[in-house]
Amino acid sequence: MMSQGLVTMSYIIASILFIFSLSGLSHQKTASQGNYYGMAGMAIAIVATILSDAVDSYVILIVALLIGGFIGTKAALKVEMTQMPELVALMHSLVGMAAVLVGYANFLDSSTGLLGIEKTIHEVEIYIGIFIGAVTFSGSIIAFGKLCGKISGQSVLLPARHWLNLGLLIATVWLGNFFLDSAETGGGTLALIVMTLIAIAFGIHMVMAIGGADMPVVVSMLNSYSGWAAAATGFMLNNDLLIVTGALVGSSGAILSYIMCKAMNRHFLSVIAGGFGSVSGGESAVVEGEISAIDIDETVQLLIDAKNIMIIPGYGMAVAQAQHTVNEITKLLRAKDKTVRFGIHPVAGRMPGHMNVLLAEAKVPYDIVYEMDEINEDFSNVDVSIVIGANDIVNPSALDDPNSPIAGMPVIECWKSATTIVLKRSMAAGYAGVGNPLFVHDNTHMLFGDANDSMQSILKGLNNKG
Amino acid sequence: MKIGVPKEIHTDEKRVATTPSVAEQIIQLGFDVNIESGAGIAANFSDEAYKEVGCSIRKNAKTLWKNSDIVMKVRAPERHPELAIDESELLSKNTCLISFIWPAQNNELLQKIAKDNISVLAMDSVPRLSRSQKLDALSSMANIAGYRAVVEAAQHFGRFFTGQITAAGKVAPAKVLVIGAGVAGLAAIGAAKSMGAIVRAFDTRPEVKEQIESMDAEFLMLEFEEDGTGEGGYAKTMSKEFIEAEMALFARQAMDVDIIITTALIPGKPAPELITKGMVESMKAGSVIVDLAAEQGGNCALTEKQKVVVKHGVSIIGYTDLPSRMAAQSSQLYATNLKHLLSELCPKKDGIIDINLDDEVIRGTTVIKEGKVIWPPPAPKLSAAPAPQTEAPPIAELATKEKKPLISSAVQQLLLMLVLGGGLFALGSVAPASFMSHFTVFVLACFIGYQVIWNVSASLHTPLMSVTNAISGIIIIGAVIQISAPGIMISILSGLAILIASINIAGGFLVTRRMLEMFRK
Repeated sequence: MMSQGLVTMSYIIASILFIFSLSGLSHQKTASQGNYYGMAGMAIAIVATILSDAVDSYVILIVALLIGGFIGTKAALKVEMTQMPELVALMHSLVGMAAVLVGYANFLDSSTGLLGIEKTIHEVEIYIGIFIGAVTFSGSIIAFGKLCGKISGQSVLLPARHWLNLGLLIATVWLGNFFLDSAETGGGTLALIVMTLIAIAFGIHMVMAIGGADMPVVVSMLNSYSGWAAAATGFMLNNDLLIVTGALVGSSGAILSYIMCKAMNRHFLSVIAGGFGSVSGGESAVVEGEISAIDIDETVQLLIDAKNIMIIPGYGMAVAQAQHTVNEITKLLRAKDKTVRFGIHPVAGRMPGHMNVLLAEAKVPYDIVYEMDEINEDFSNVDVSIVIGANDIVNPSALDDPNSPIAGMPVIECWKSATTIVLKRSMAAGYAGVGNPLFVHDNTHMLFGDANDSMQSILKGLNNKG
Repeated sequence: MKIGVPKEIHTDEKRVATTPSVAEQIIQLGFDVNIESGAGIAANFSDEAYKEVGCSIRKNAKTLWKNSDIVMKVRAPERHPELAIDESELLSKNTCLISFIWPAQNNELLQKIAKDNISVLAMDSVPRLSRSQKLDALSSMANIAGYRAVVEAAQHFGRFFTGQITAAGKVAPAKVLVIGAGVAGLAAIGAAKSMGAIVRAFDTRPEVKEQIESMDAEFLMLEFEEDGTGEGGYAKTMSKEFIEAEMALFARQAMDVDIIITTALIPGKPAPELITKGMVESMKAGSVIVDLAAEQGGNCALTEKQKVVVKHGVSIIGYTDLPSRMAAQSSQLYATNLKHLLSELCPKKDGIIDINLDDEVIRGTTVIKEGKVIWPPPAPKLSAAPAPQTEAPPIAELATKEKKPLISSAVQQLLLMLVLGGGLFALGSVAPASFMSHFTVFVLACFIGYQVIWNVSASLHTPLMSVTNAISGIIIIGAVIQISAPGIMISILSGLAILIASINIAGGFLVTRRMLEMFRK
């Protein structure tokens, strides 16, 4: 058994380790070290808590810990890198759920012995903690559904949705008041349950209204929420470790959301309010022109003739699982003394950094992977750019059509290269539902078909030509 | 139609209006190409090379001119030294001449050619639109001039450009100042930089700062609010105060740098004098000035056109024919510009040109159409420079209109802070001490999170998210504390929470480890 002093000391050490963990994770070199710091911090925190005086029934605890740990390990080892966004979203929902459960457990625990204003504050904390937890939970579930395609990626806009949100919020506040009143007399469970349902509905509604193209923002925003949920639980339990950790995660998620929003030139509030494309002032230009299709042989020839090649991956590469083939092609081309680089748009994919993870999985060396800002200036030197399953992030109308729904969003300016090859399944609009003039650009050739099949054939073609 | 390419007659002009490789492409557009014998010799293109790609060689300049429907040249027509006749006289009726003309300076020449249904396209008058960049011969030539300026400077400079530490002692790197960061200036920056010099650059147009910095040179800032961007992306004349500040800057720099390359030109005006006699005197002996504006009078007071002079120990290079000194390269680029013009003029690729004045690019380039002078053209609608504010799209106006009546953003921020501060004070006035201490911890932790995460590199976004995910599994602590409280309901709820949170912790950390192992150099 550990004394309270020792437990507190362990908590301080754990907090420091978490801070190290996050700061380690912000740079490539220190990243894996940071991960280990995080593990150490977590282990210290859990062990110290278990050994503290407050805990004396171990059976359920150990069993639950082992089952949970087993499931988590299994999931972590099995998950495909392309499914990372789904996994992350799912894990956010677990944090939300846990926060709700802890909140309820704490509410049922009458042994706190608080009185007066402290008791009121404590109840407010429970109430808020459960609310945030429930919103995180349901929002993440919907995000998960959208990411794995079980729910349509289009934004679902109910009529008067802002009023609906406002109504739900007011109802929550009113219920909170009611809850506090009845909690005085030992009741309040009903109010708490109704509020939880409202919060769940609120989370669902919020994420449903957000279009698929904004998904990276949503995922990082939910990440932030899961942190706030932990912090609220910390207030509820008077536990500084939870508060510190929750606040760290919450603010890091908030910053990530902000970075994502900037990358898409969207205002944070308008992402949250949902409804991509419903704000533009006028009719956006209709894309007209002829598409020039290209076949595998011509593509191979173009690649053989090119010196400087840029690959721009998008969500389509993830869907087709083409990253390994892309890496093979990259190796082959680099062996032929060609410059091959990757240009990554900050919001390519469905999650921040999605493309980097996929390319890393395929073992593409990360020093040839560049950010949009690093390579946009350079496209005039590029002979061939290959766009693999990307659409909105290479859409020139973001720059030159003020009425386009994505106007003002920075995009990868691949049309400035001598030739652009776009790999695409069919001529459908992108996630944002916007037509793309790139596809009818003079220098653009379309290679239709599954990205992985096409890349495989290109690889074969390159091998044959030696 | 028959295209004729005569030999250039200007003294020391080595360029030629087409090269064998480009001539081949022109022939593919449906034209016949005739070359005057020896036209490409000075640029190292032999008659045989032209013949090989299908050009015909004409021995005599006169027959070449007479038999051509289109004549392509580099320099504007002038008096032929051997035939003792002006080249413009050699043009037949109904023909077309494409070359540099400089209509603003050569009005007399324009009047002379404007007859007999002759059309003239001036390569120096191509409007600066993004579409017409591929025909922009001025940029092509300026690029070469900028590069060559550095080579010439190196030739006359008695030291290394790059700094070295050798067994025989230390060599300081040369310092180069480039004035005017247009195409030529930027090319000079690039060339000097790649030779290892320390390069500084100055321009009156603030938007080129980024371009200069992108070439890894230092942009010399002038603490002065004035935008020197004129029409069409060129510079304009600045105010008196600005020029004084600018001159003071140059005077300071002149004492410090070893090489000055000036490229300052304002369209249609004599070149501004930027380097005074005093500044030249203040320069170190052995320094070099390359004056790319020598043709228009020079940016340096002591420049002598076409010559290299040494004054006060400083070599001042006033060559006006820098592109011609790299004839093979400049012929190749100029010829390609001409080919792009031909393909604009002949969209059907049938070897017949159509001077379509509705096309903005062709309208701007054409100075004489069927015997009538139509220069200057109406002002171009668009500029190659970053879109000026006047072109702001309607949506932007809409947005500002919506915002204006509301509170300005500064006030908004202030209000937000007031509301937040008020809220915090309200909280502080009622909350007990124990809450406030937790709250302090909370706020401080938020700031730590902000500081720690702010510079995260983009490629790590996903691992960062999964690790924060695992860390937010810390909520397990809450459940662990609760589990021993009395009541079976509490135990079940807490047990469930522990289970869920431990999935999160194990899953989060392990998947992060898996991801990070994949990142490799």
